[in-house]
Amino acid sequence: MSSLALIGRDIRLASRGGGNTFLAVAFFATIVTLVPLGIEPVAGLLHAVAGGIVMLCSALAALLSLDNLFQADFEDGSLELLVTGPLSLESLAASKIAAHWFTTALPLLAISPLAAIAMDLPGAGLVGVVLAVALATPAVSAVGAIGASLTLSAKRGGLILPLIVLPLLAPVIIFGAGVVRSKLEGAENGAVLYLSAFSLAAVLLSPFAVAAGLRTNLSA
Amino acid sequence: MIGYANPKRFLDLTRPIPPWFFGVSSTLLAIGLYLALFVVPPERQQGDAVRIMFVHVPAAWIGMGAYALMAVCSIWALVNRHPLADIAAREAAPLGALFTGLALITGSLWGKPMWGTYWAWDARLTSFLLLFFLYLGYIAIWNVTEDETRAARGAAILAIVGAVNLPIIKFSVDWWNTLHQGESIFRSGGPVIATVFLWPLFIMLAAYTTLFAALWIVRVRTAILRRTVRTRVSAGFGR
Amino acid sequence: MLQRDINFSVSSGEILSIHGPNGAGKTSLLRAIAGLLEVPDGCIAFRLHPHDIIANPEERIGMVGWLGHQDGIKGELSLRENLQFHCRYNRCFGSVQDALASLGLADLQDLPAQYLSHGQRRRLAFARLLVNARSLWLLDEPLSGIDSRGKACVRQHIQRHCEMGGIAVVAVHEPLGLKSASLELQ
Repeated sequence: MSSLALIGRDIRLASRGGGNTFLAVAFFATIVTLVPLGIEPVAGLLHAVAGGIVMLCSALAALLSLDNLFQADFEDGSLELLVTGPLSLESLAASKIAAHWFTTALPLLAISPLAAIAMDLPGAGLVGVVLAVALATPAVSAVGAIGASLTLSAKRGGLILPLIVLPLLAPVIIFGAGVVRSKLEGAENGAVLYLSAFSLAAVLLSPFAVAAGLRTNLSA
Repeated sequence: MIGYANPKRFLDLTRPIPPWFFGVSSTLLAIGLYLALFVVPPERQQGDAVRIMFVHVPAAWIGMGAYALMAVCSIWALVNRHPLADIAAREAAPLGALFTGLALITGSLWGKPMWGTYWAWDARLTSFLLLFFLYLGYIAIWNVTEDETRAARGAAILAIVGAVNLPIIKFSVDWWNTLHQGESIFRSGGPVIATVFLWPLFIMLAAYTTLFAALWIVRVRTAILRRTVRTRVSAGFGR
Repeated sequence: MLQRDINFSVSSGEILSIHGPNGAGKTSLLRAIAGLLEVPDGCIAFRLHPHDIIANPEERIGMVGWLGHQDGIKGELSLRENLQFHCRYNRCFGSVQDALASLGLADLQDLPAQYLSHGQRRRLAFARLLVNARSLWLLDEPLSGIDSRGKACVRQHIQRHCEMGGIAVVAVHEPLGLKSASLELQ
């Protein structure tokens, strides 16, 4: 199927030389292990901030590779070819979002336990971190793709992308931190529910916005 | 509406409006501020701090209203391709951002005496701050994208996507436990705020609204005139 | 901005070559036909059968064989992988090996595409059209950068495509070298 072919191609490209995956993972690992250095080793302080820091770092790391989501294809003419294929723009958008998740979010998810260890979290906290990252990253890819498609032809697209995307991702960061907190405290606070709902809504709705952005930047 | 598509007609029709609105706005501002500062009694719990409300609350309403206006113009721009719609949305944004910023600052000043803190990360304040950032992102797209048509459409999409924030701001005080007080005016049971506070509030709102409208129309007229000059100059060089 | 007053029609088996100086709008016209560029005043339509007319750009896009100004080739993938992806993505069953061989690229098929010369890249881009069974070819400077033997090859393919009932609309700034209707842009 066309979508699978596209996702497969992007995974292959990422594994061959797309430095973006490595960059995103390295960025995440570095920042998340360095942050505890700047925080006083007061008991419980690190636990309180761990959730928010992990979520923010993973969002920023994913943003690093979002800039390139459509840019590389746009610049070498591949995007035109993808558009002249059998997929609708919305399906194309959804496939690219899925491809981004596989190439960036999945590696981030894989090293998120490292983040939990760096934050000195107990086992329950580790579960919370992995769960939060797993639930949040689809939204990050989906919403980030909206930003990527809107800034395709922008002069300094890389700088404006976080400005557009982070406000829209604020709920993800808030709820994700809530998920970590709920696992640490052992209390249910609904964060898992809210985060899942937001991610689901983002994944279902963003292809339409992304397609609109692509349409704009391709046809002008 | 079709008539407004003709720039000259639009310019002619709207020429008398700004001075008139500025006049009305200054009058209302004068009345409202006088009432707020001298006539309104100190509130039971807050004392004189309550007077900030008359600057803060209308600013917040305009900040949100301007974004709603922007979103509606954006939908209109995408659906109808009306040439005025893009300009209308674009020129509303910096004004909306200004009023939002004013609301954030005055709210912060009000928060210190009322809650003991300049800021809190509760749902209402956070979502309102996000509104400010959404404005910035919207303005940034216009500035950074080279082709104007693409900038217009991209910005329109962002405005529509970001509009989900508006109901979140409105209902955040109901859905979550927030520091910010609950809805006291626009709620289903009718306002619970005392009438003596309500009137100056609405006068200030009317003042801000006419001020916004006047500034907005001036900006839109300027944009149209600028575009006319640019077209005439490039046509002239073509010869 | 694009031209005014352009009228043309091309039928099955015909070639239309678009001429004009750089910047005249040849690429824009091709993009408009493909459905990649909006046409505010005017109509572009494909007629498949007497009563089956397709004018909607989003539908037209999925029906053309596009060779644009840029190559659309991924340097990290080999030639074969580039074509294979194109095949799977477009759900077509053309033979990748035959396409590569007919353009003299069979020996290089496992080489990462970034090592190709400009002419080889254009030939690879053209090879895409051979695996994809689209009947309308829109070609933007298909001969540029290719040596004379490659050009002869490309011309042959265009000829054969039209002999089998396809249509080719070609934008060129040099003579195409094939029997074709001509559209001049200023």
